[in-house]
Formats: sequence, structure tokens, C-alpha cells
Amino acid sequence: MNFYPIFWKDMLLIRKKPWKFLASSMVTPILYLVTFGWGLGRGMSMAGGTYLDFILPGLLALSAMNNSFGPVSTSVNVSKLYTKTIEEVLVSPVGPWSIALGRALSGMVRGLFSAFLLLIVGLASGVNMTLSPYILLVLGLTAFCFASAGVAAAMIAKSHEDMSNFNSFVIIPMSFLAGTFFSPDKLPEPFRSAILVYPLTHASMLLRALAGGREPDALSVIILAAYAVFFFYLAGRMVRRIA
Amino acid sequence: MIKTINLTKNFGPLAAVKAVNFSVEKGEVFGLLGPNGAGKTTTIRMLTTLTLPSSGTALIAGRDILTDPLSVKKSIGVIPQMLNLDIDLTLAENLEYHGRLHRMDRADRPGRIEELLRFVGLWEKRDLPVEHLSGGMRRRLLIARGLMHRPAVVFMDEPTVGLDPQARRLIWGLIDDLKRSGITILLTTHYIEEADELCDRVAIMRQGKIMTIGAPEDLKAVSGRYVLECLGRHDVPRQFLHSRDEALDAGKAMGCDVVVRDVTLEDVFIELTGERIDA
Ligand SMILES: Nc1ncnc2c1ncn2[C@@H]1O[C@H](COP(=O)(O)OP(=O)(O)OP(=O)(O)O)[C@@H](O)[C@H]1O
Ligand SMILES: [Mg+2]
Repeated sequence: MNFYPIFWKDMLLIRKKPWKFLASSMVTPILYLVTFGWGLGRGMSMAGGTYLDFILPGLLALSAMNNSFGPVSTSVNVSKLYTKTIEEVLVSPVGPWSIALGRALSGMVRGLFSAFLLLIVGLASGVNMTLSPYILLVLGLTAFCFASAGVAAAMIAKSHEDMSNFNSFVIIPMSFLAGTFFSPDKLPEPFRSAILVYPLTHASMLLRALAGGREPDALSVIILAAYAVFFFYLAGRMVRRIA
Repeated sequence: MIKTINLTKNFGPLAAVKAVNFSVEKGEVFGLLGPNGAGKTTTIRMLTTLTLPSSGTALIAGRDILTDPLSVKKSIGVIPQMLNLDIDLTLAENLEYHGRLHRMDRADRPGRIEELLRFVGLWEKRDLPVEHLSGGMRRRLLIARGLMHRPAVVFMDEPTVGLDPQARRLIWGLIDDLKRSGITILLTTHYIEEADELCDRVAIMRQGKIMTIGAPEDLKAVSGRYVLECLGRHDVPRQFLHSRDEALDAGKAMGCDVVVRDVTLEDVFIELTGERIDA
């Protein structure tokens, strides 16, 4: 494995434009926090806490997803279709699995970082939650899962349109439906079961349980991990297909 | 160092490269000369493992591109037609990244970066983002990058396309220096002069096929070294002759204003195909 150069370059690019990176990581989560937490949710209460207490774990998961999937898929897509920088890597002795891993890890760092920032903002604004190292683990897994999905999607996409269609039909619906803003228990069947298909639902449920000081559901851990493995496998296979 | 064996590529119904056979010796500069769409880039992409051949194969430094692509990747340097540098990174960082991709020693990289940036005349600009470079400078950086890991065989696809004459001369100078260092180079071009000036041997390619292979001088000698043309009369066919005197004598018999000039690879191409190369 020689994944490090790929990871190194992405980190170098982040370090060159730290403010741009910071801003792009923070905009959506803070927007959600303001709209749904402070605006809409003020005075609303859920299961013994404020709506903000309820929504923050979901926003953490969402943020980890958006900031891993988005930048990774865009960057891979552009390097494959427009700048062709991927060809420099493809003619070097770096294998497809290293390429996928380097990209997935850098996406994971981005996703984790933005979730971490949101967590700080949330805590600073008085959100009540139990902190545990497992929260970091779940966020890491979530970010890795969606970063890998980003690599796979970008390798499959044949154009920029394919990529934006994938966003409109998969990522955005998942953002709204996967238990970020409401508890899946509130939905009638079959919708309740249907949204359990989304990996993001399990990330939200796990984080919500941990934040509430409850025992997380082992099945959700397994499902999320299985998705991560599957997406990473798919990413590696898709890179190999063009290599 | 390079040997192709019936190398073929079809894109659907289009045969882009048709059973091409040639070999390039160690230390040789070999040119693929042909018009747009001849299949030059496709041939290079197959040799550099970016595109899978439809049939046939090739050996690079004794390794098969199909069965041992990893060894092939280790021994080749690729300078593509498209400038695929990282424009947000500096010149030095672009080379550093390339060195890392090729697992060069940490201790080896800085010295090699300096050596190459000096070689291509860009050392003073080492800490600028590539975005600030002109097209000709980017081409030179691309050459430096392709050489970073000291490949034994270098592929250059249209190394001077779109450059002004001065920038082109600069790159020719670099290629000449490389040639003297004993590296093996396969380059493609549709500039006659470039093939003539730089290459030890040239393969003339058209519509996926190699029409002829040889040293520029030999190819030109086949038809005759001198061309006799009637000024302003395109209906009179040009004549190829072996000496200037013969040409002058023949000119007297033509009854029009004549020019006698040296034959070029362009004339060779026209003789072979009936077309101009850059039409
Ligand atoms: N990916 C592809 N899919 C379909 N057709 C292709 C593809 N790549 C090249 N071709 C076709 O193959 C033929 C050879 O193209 P190639 O790029 O190898 O030519 P070239 O000699 O490099 O030309 P140029 O001087 O314009 O660079 C062309 O007809 C081109 O349209
Ligand atoms: Mg070409």
C-alpha cells in the first residue's frame, strides 16, 4: 500500500486554504443549527430535552456525511474528467486500493473536522449532551463510509451531471429523511422501515443514543460498518476498473 | 526498450490503432509523426497502461504491459499531451508529490527537485503556484515532473503543441540534452520539423497504421534528396531527384520558373499518402 502520497496532497491543499476550508465546512451545519435549532425549534421540546438537544447529534452525522462525500466526490470527479490529474497517479506504481484509501481517508478527515467544529459550536450554545469517545468513533466511521461512497460515485459518474443527479436523488433526500430532524419512531410503517435502509439513519440513531447517555444499538453499528466496508470495496473496484 | 506486438485499439467500430509493430532501442529518440487523429495518443496511452489494447501487446524494458503493468509503471515517465499539473500547488510541491507517488527516498527528493527545476530553467519560480506559470513554463514543468523518478523510458505526447517558436526551441534543447544523457524517448508530434530535428528514427502514422519507419535522412533519401517545383503552377507535379545538378537540369526542361529545395519529411508524407500532414 502506498496511499500516503494521495492523502498527503489533499491535506496540503487544505493547509493552503485554511479559511476556505473552515468556511465551507461550517456553512451548512450552522445554517441548520440556526434554522432548525434556534429558529424553528425554540421552545419546542422532545423527549425530555430541547429540540436543539435532539437535533445536534443528527446534525453531527449530517455534517460528517456532507463534508466527506461532497468534497471527495467533487475532487475525484474533476481530477478524472477535467484536470486529468488522476492520470499522473494511474501511470505511477500506486495501486487502485491505495488511491481509494488515500482519498477516503482525506474525506474522513474533512468530515470529522466539520462535525467536530459543529460540536464545539453546539456545546458553546448550551446544548445538553453526554460526551463519550464513542461519539468520535461513530463520526469517524460515518465520515469514512461517505467518503468511500464519494470516491465510488465519482468513479462511476461519466459527467458532472451524473454527479449532481446523484446528489439530488440520493444525498439530499437522505439528508432530510434519515432521522436528522425527527425521530424515525414518529413515522408510520412502511416509511419507518424504509428509512432504516439509509446508512445516515443509523449514524444519527447511534449518535443520538450516545449523546443521551443511552446504550447504542449494536445492529446499527453493524449496518453502518457494513455500509462502510461495502462502499470502500466499491470505491476500490471502480478505481481498478479504470486503472 | 519498447517493442509493440500487433498493438491494436478499437473504439467501437473505429479502429484507432491497427496492429502496430515497432521497436525502440535503448538511448534512442523515436518519433511517431502523423496528422490529428492518426492514433498517436492512443498508442502512447496503451504503452503507458492508461488504456487497455483491444488486441496485441507491448514490452517496455522487457515487461509486458498486459501481464506486468506495475513493473512497467515503475520504469516509465509520462509527459502527457494535456497539462495535468496541480495548479494550486507550487512547482516544487508538484515534483515532491510525484516523488512520493514513486516512493523516492525522502533524502533524495529535494536534490532531485533542484536539479530538475534548474534543468528546465524554473528554479527561481519553485515556490510559486503553478497557476502563475505561462503555457511554455508549464510544459517544461511537466517534463521535469515526468523525469523526477529517473525513468528509463520517457513518453512525450506532443511536447511542444501550442507553443511559440521560442518556447519550442527551449524544449527541443531540453530533449537534446536528455538524448545525450542516454535516456530512451518516444515522442509524438505532428510537426515535421520537430520529428526531423529531434528523432533518431521516425514512424509515420496515418489512420491507425504505420506507413513507414526509418531515420529521417533515410526516409528522405528514398524518394530523392531534392525537390523540384514549378513556381505558381500547382498542376505540374513536383519531381524528386538525387542531386542538385540533376534537379537543375530537369528544371531547365520544364519551361517555367523553378525552385530546387531540400526534401522534407512532409514531402515523404505526401508521397506516401497523397495528403498534407497538417491539413
Ligand atoms: N476515448 C475515445 N473514445 C472514442 N474514440 C476515441 C477515443 N480516444 C481517441 N479516439 C479516436 O481515436 C482516433 C485516434 O485518436 P488519437 O487521440 O490517438 O489521435 P492523435 O494521433 O493523438 O491525434 P492528435 O494529433 O489530435 O493528438 C481518433 O479518431 C479519435 O477520435
Ligand atoms: Mg494526440
